[in-house]
Amino acid sequence: MIELDNVAYSYGGGELFSSVTLSLQPGSFHFLTGPSGAGKTTLLKLCYGELKATAGQVRLFDQDTRALGRDQIAHLRRRVGVVHQDCQFLDHLPVAENIALPLTVSGREDAPDDLNALLGWVGLRGQAGQRPPELSGGERQRAALARAVIMSPDVILADEPTGNIDWDMSQRLLTLLIELNRLGKTVLIATHDLALIRAAKSEVESRVLRLKDRRIQAAGAHL
Amino acid sequence: MLSLLAGDPQADRVVPPTGFTARLTVLSAAAMALLAVFALAMSLATGRLADRWSEELARTSTLRISAPADQMRAQTEAALEVLRTTPGVAEARPLTAEEQRALLEPWFGPDLPVETLPIPQLIEIIEDGAGYDPAGLRARLQAEVPGALLDDHGRWRDPLVQAAGRLRLLAWVSMGLIALTVAAMITLAANAALAANAQVIRVLRLVGARDIYIARAFVRRFTLRALSGATFGTLLGALAVSALPSSDVAGGFLTGLGFQGWHWLLPVAIPGIAALVSFFATRQAALRSLKEQS
Repeated sequence: MIELDNVAYSYGGGELFSSVTLSLQPGSFHFLTGPSGAGKTTLLKLCYGELKATAGQVRLFDQDTRALGRDQIAHLRRRVGVVHQDCQFLDHLPVAENIALPLTVSGREDAPDDLNALLGWVGLRGQAGQRPPELSGGERQRAALARAVIMSPDVILADEPTGNIDWDMSQRLLTLLIELNRLGKTVLIATHDLALIRAAKSEVESRVLRLKDRRIQAAGAHL
Repeated sequence: MLSLLAGDPQADRVVPPTGFTARLTVLSAAAMALLAVFALAMSLATGRLADRWSEELARTSTLRISAPADQMRAQTEAALEVLRTTPGVAEARPLTAEEQRALLEPWFGPDLPVETLPIPQLIEIIEDGAGYDPAGLRARLQAEVPGALLDDHGRWRDPLVQAAGRLRLLAWVSMGLIALTVAAMITLAANAALAANAQVIRVLRLVGARDIYIARAFVRRFTLRALSGATFGTLLGALAVSALPSSDVAGGFLTGLGFQGWHWLLPVAIPGIAALVSFFATRQAALRSLKEQS
């Protein structure tokens, strides 16, 4: 699915991390943890092609992202669902249209039933007509997750998805991600919330990757 | 282009509908279209003027007989005889007293007693297709009609024709500059809109939108704004031109500044051209801006 081979990334003259090797296999569930500023978000951005590695190779669905143009990256990104901590939406559109945005930009608008089912799955049927600024933090995260999965992507990358929400809502979101993994989706969650990782232990077989001191440490450690 | 105008209502909604760039685009397109109508009217009027001076007046010339009153008739007859036997002269006729009075009226007013004044007799000469030899005719007139002076209009016609041609060129240059200004204004507005919607672009990219999809959402909006603004400006310009004095009222000198006949159809092209200019300017600006933002 996604492979990083000896990848380095430099920013502003300094090296954020180097020699990072990682392989996300189909149906796997990974946590990426580490201190703030270690480069978790950057690593995720490398995984979905928003950034390009300064050294090494990133392969997204067996394609080297360095050799891909912006349009090819955009096309591959439709197979990757991304959830950010700050949940960026188009604030002038209702929640339902925001969730359906990946369908809109890919020219697929033939799945209103899927959209309704998805709104029900994330518990946002009642908020479908609201604008994103009217949603609570937890509702925004669930809307972001719904948008990330509406194209039925192969991989879901979540960057601190529980950073702005309470524990109950974090549990609910984790449950949704685990459900997706059981459906065969590959999941990578970047988080520094160790309680969340522990909570997942009983539910799903997952691996923890720790990004520290510019390297991935304890790669492959099981919970 | 047609698919662009047909549009994708769903795709259009991804860009927020309001902003100062909308007003800037509509206003600048309207103002530029208004100026384009005036420039077009000027170009066509000067074109007509140049044609008239170069074609109609080129076929005519004037012979002026200055002689004492008692010799005037004889010299006029002698000049007409010379002209009748000159190859290239199709017609020659002395102007009547009324015609000469009409020529002098702008300077001396009506009711001028032409008959009592020692003014020269004018003979209008109309050339045939080949035209006559002015140097040969002057030599013959000098020998047979000493008081005759041939004016083939070349001295004042050529600079005027040249001036009219230059005016026409200036009008076309003005229209080119107007198109460039529209392109610059639209580019400026499009860049401002793209910068103001950086968040929208980030979200669209996150969900897999290609650059052309994002660009199209902006391009269609700006093209339609330019089209509507230019349509309004063109209508306003056409109304203003139609309100100009007609050639009959203003006299024959400028042959009317407005449009004549089928020329009224030409301003219809202005909104379309403005939309085309806007389409390419926005597309270029959007793709460049998206490349820079990546």
